Amino acid sequence: MKTTFLEFEQPIAELEARIEELRFVQDDSAVDISEEIERLEKKSQSLTKDIYAKLTPWQIAQVARHPQRPYTLDYVSHIFSEFEELHGDRAYADDQAIVGGMARFNGQSVMVIGHQKGRDTKEKILRNFGMPRPEGYRKALRLMRLAEKYGLPVLTFIDTPGAYPGIGAEERGQSEAIGRNLMVLTELKVPVVCTVIGEGGSGGALAIAVGDVLLMMQYSTYSVISPEGCASILWKSAEKAPEAAEVMGITAARLKSLGLVDRIVSEPLGGAHREPRVAAMSLKRVLQESLRQLADLTPSELVERRFERLMAYGRYKEQAVG
Amino acid sequence: MSWLQKLLPPRIKRAEGTRKSVPEGLWRKCAACEAVLYATDLEGNQNVCPKCGHHHRLRARVRLDLLLDAEGRFDIGGEVMPVDPLKFKDSRRYPERLNQAAEDTGETDALVVMQGSIKTVPVVAAAFDFDFMGGSMGSVVGERFVRGVRCALEQSLPFLCITATGGARMQEGLFSLMQMAKTTAAITRLAEQKLPFITVLTDPTMGGVSASFAMLGDVVIAEPGALVGFAGPRVIEQTVREKLPDGFQRAEFLLEKGAVDMIVDRRELRDKLASLLTLLLRIPAA
Repeated sequence: MKTTFLEFEQPIAELEARIEELRFVQDDSAVDISEEIERLEKKSQSLTKDIYAKLTPWQIAQVARHPQRPYTLDYVSHIFSEFEELHGDRAYADDQAIVGGMARFNGQSVMVIGHQKGRDTKEKILRNFGMPRPEGYRKALRLMRLAEKYGLPVLTFIDTPGAYPGIGAEERGQSEAIGRNLMVLTELKVPVVCTVIGEGGSGGALAIAVGDVLLMMQYSTYSVISPEGCASILWKSAEKAPEAAEVMGITAARLKSLGLVDRIVSEPLGGAHREPRVAAMSLKRVLQESLRQLADLTPSELVERRFERLMAYGRYKEQAVG
Repeated sequence: MSWLQKLLPPRIKRAEGTRKSVPEGLWRKCAACEAVLYATDLEGNQNVCPKCGHHHRLRARVRLDLLLDAEGRFDIGGEVMPVDPLKFKDSRRYPERLNQAAEDTGETDALVVMQGSIKTVPVVAAAFDFDFMGGSMGSVVGERFVRGVRCALEQSLPFLCITATGGARMQEGLFSLMQMAKTTAAITRLAEQKLPFITVLTDPTMGGVSASFAMLGDVVIAEPGALVGFAGPRVIEQTVREKLPDGFQRAEFLLEKGAVDMIVDRRELRDKLASLLTLLLRIPAA
């Protein structure tokens, strides 16, 4: 598949186009140009390295939303050896913006739950651009309970612009569905490891992101509101999104330094979409380590530890009341 | 209000109300029926319009004052104060906004928690102050909420929360989002101890507060006409590109959709809470 380049990657795109051209003429060419191609490839690599070494938060948000970025089912196909997808919330519908089911992780049974975006127009609509409705969260809830019943660790993959802001979603209790998941995840008696793989959009992300370990892919983002949303409220213009992205602290590196994220999973040069399998393998290693660390805890230790983790969130000062 | 004023039709009253010679703050116009009301009449009626019954917003301390018995109440978590973890700045710096809000409201953040009693039933009650940065939930709101819950747990008391909020506080970024998980986690402990948790949703209750503990009360009460929802009406309208139905996301709509247990007039709320609590706690009728 041909790589799609983002706006700030245009210099790389130009180089890659030239390489492509040269490759095309190489076969009929009398002179050997393979050296030239190799030289340009090296240049493209070092250019990518330079550009990616100083990405702004807004640029990282673009990588996180890259149209070719690996989605939950891509990671599932690389990381797990079996996947039995389960459907439906047993009350209303099967929301395809969230996928889930049992899978085998290095031989061990686990439960997988993740947001799912679509690749082409048709699938994007089917997946509702990765924006779940209440039935999606209720499907996730059903799978969490099922995992708990059979003692399966839960691995969640977060990648959503947010919960869907629609009329039907409100009618069917979007708020309650998200809140309920937060409550149930707090008490779930099996290990829960959460990974932000793309966009971690607000409450719609959090609804499957409360757990014992929070991981973020290197170029993923996680925020209380989208940079565009924040900008249109505070700056009264969505065009100020780059500024908003800067101040909100949405990148893996910033959130790690704030103590909100446990580990960052490194991505291949140029982002996970350049080499999805490599990205998946590095995530697999970290998931394995995370599960191993949690394996020795009893269910009650696990829940207690998770509770204390949740209670520790927040920054404030204490001052005698005058 | 004199008998003459009561007899006068609203239009004439309005003209009277806008006359420059009238001292500011003496008159208030009802946001719903546009009747011009004598401010003390409105306040004396718990900020409910005597003409049309519209529930105007209440400040947190006024709310608690109306709900709790006068005797033996005290603040919880007032020592928890906001900081600026992200060094957040838009057109103004976050600390400036905090100072401004504190100056305007006399509060230090958007949640006031008190221990007290409702018609002699001891409770811990938390009330959001919408006037403090839109009642937004950041680290301080979350921590005060948790301290309130802890206080309830230690003394085996029910916990009430009256919400009035736009949602999570953007200026604290992901710390704010995590308060959703933190507050919701805290109420699981109330459930374990079988201590009642009751929420009263007032206008407005949106976003991160709505999508965390607000809809999870053992009993969920809404005030008449309160706007309650996950996404704001404007965002929804922009997304679905159609006009929203009348009364969408209002308390009455939520009752119809099965999202809340009841709608209670503010003037009856204290009695209603007392009766709900005594039933849940199996306290014999007085």
